[in-house]
Amino acid sequence: MKQRNLVVISAGLSQPSSTRLLADQLSAAVGAAAGKLGVTLDVEVVELRDLAHEITDHMLTGFAPAALRKAQDSVAAADALVVVTPVFSASYSGLFKSFFDVLEQDTLADKPILLAATAGTARHSLVLEHALRPLFAYLRAVPVPTAVFAASDDWGANSVEGPLRGRVDRAAAELAHEIERREPATVTDPFALTESFEDMLKGL
Amino acid sequence: MQFGIFSVSDITTDPTTGKTPTEAQRIKDIVTIAKHAEQVGLDVFALGEHHNEPFFSSSPTTTLAYIAAQTRTLQLSTATTLITTNDPVKIAEDFAMLQHLADGRVDLMLGRGNTGPVYPWFGKDIRAGIPLAIENYGLLHKLWHEHVVDWEGKFRTPLQSFTSTPRPLDDVPPFVWHGSIRSPQIAEQAAYYGDGFFANHIFWPASHTQRMVGLYRERFEHYGHGSADQAIVGLGGQVFMRKNSQDAVNEFRPYFDNAPVYGHGPSLEDFSRETPLTVGSPQQVIDRTLSFRDYVGDYQRQLFLMDHAGQPLKTVLEQLDLLGEQVVPVLRKEFAGLKPAHVPDAPTHAARLAAKLAENDKKDEVQA
Repeated sequence: MKQRNLVVISAGLSQPSSTRLLADQLSAAVGAAAGKLGVTLDVEVVELRDLAHEITDHMLTGFAPAALRKAQDSVAAADALVVVTPVFSASYSGLFKSFFDVLEQDTLADKPILLAATAGTARHSLVLEHALRPLFAYLRAVPVPTAVFAASDDWGANSVEGPLRGRVDRAAAELAHEIERREPATVTDPFALTESFEDMLKGL
Repeated sequence: MQFGIFSVSDITTDPTTGKTPTEAQRIKDIVTIAKHAEQVGLDVFALGEHHNEPFFSSSPTTTLAYIAAQTRTLQLSTATTLITTNDPVKIAEDFAMLQHLADGRVDLMLGRGNTGPVYPWFGKDIRAGIPLAIENYGLLHKLWHEHVVDWEGKFRTPLQSFTSTPRPLDDVPPFVWHGSIRSPQIAEQAAYYGDGFFANHIFWPASHTQRMVGLYRERFEHYGHGSADQAIVGLGGQVFMRKNSQDAVNEFRPYFDNAPVYGHGPSLEDFSRETPLTVGSPQQVIDRTLSFRDYVGDYQRQLFLMDHAGQPLKTVLEQLDLLGEQVVPVLRKEFAGLKPAHVPDAPTHAARLAAKLAENDKKDEVQA
């Protein structure tokens, strides 16, 4: 069995939140799909609510306090991400965006990522395609084709075998496939020296 | 080891009174602060360079020359001199001039500045920050070490048979520190030349400092200037003290909460934990400062930021009294007791001149 890391980012604010509920369903499904491909997943869930103050502090001071640093390091070392945001004012929430705003540049480059969102009504579902997908394209992540949206309706009686379940499984299978076919993630150290002084002089 | 203060020269409204000093007042105050630093037994005064409000210090060598004329022992330095946007020819000349006037009590710290817009004001491109720092310092180094210079580069018109004047005092150029928060290239540059490395060490986590100093030491040894623990390291620091630590916290909090840079962000307590900021009793400042050595090794210069965020002159002078009377004497003794003999002292003109003369004698002996 290969060993890989999955980090799940949930930007839900209430406890419990439907955003976290969807995040948990997705991570369980990715774990199961990866297992079928011979990959064992270590899953870490990051609740952005717990980091809200630290994210703002980072924005104001330019460095991450300890707990946020830990979450950022986990994201950097992750082989894949599941990101789930509630829809606020027709887009991802400000907290969700802020977490990615203060990430070190290139952290998400070439990282497979599953996009997901929750809202009260299905009328918001294209937020995934109009807001999340461009954001992660800009960050040079690799979003899988299926993004998962869950509205209040989806949490009704048909949620176990209904259309949401089908989307969750399809997206999870796509992400598991990306995880399986890739080499483990490597972390770039921002403090590492990448060229000697002689090279820098030559590069002028 | 040298102890001193550095100022970023901000003109900030005192949040407790709503008063903002005029430029004229703040400029005179900085002279008073520098003179007081010498009076309380500190070794170094370093001044920043900025070309935008709310800062006043656009011409550090002018200010430092004026201070030099009114002090006897104080080492004058910068924090930092912009190696990116200043013409290296002018830096070479200004600081050599200052060196003569101040009888050698001059060194300088090179940096890239804290604001992007400064680059176009001087016809430069911020995207070339690191290459500018590398090429410009290459030229500055040459101008100070070679009498007649032929030079051609990317960012400046070529020089043919050029001699910068005056020549460095006793042909010993001012010692150079390279300052950086988190650019490994600058640590590498300092190591390559065998110059000093100054880690900002204020407003940022100690882990940054540890990584950068570690890299600098390793590369200093790689380039053959001595062992890693002989590299010349300086650190910043930020403190506020009162006899009782709770008084220090209460008095400093409004300045902290409203400070430029980090104000309206983390709490004083969080920031004190995450960065080297120490607000408390003199003993707490002593203990925290001694702990810096645990992650950077034996180092040569400790500068404290004492006069920012709108603190009134009277408060700053009281802080200097505490620093000079209660903190630095203990730190001097403790650090000296810990430092192994093979680790060099902080560089001074006298020591560098003596080293140069000794080397010349050695050469003469070989020739004779």
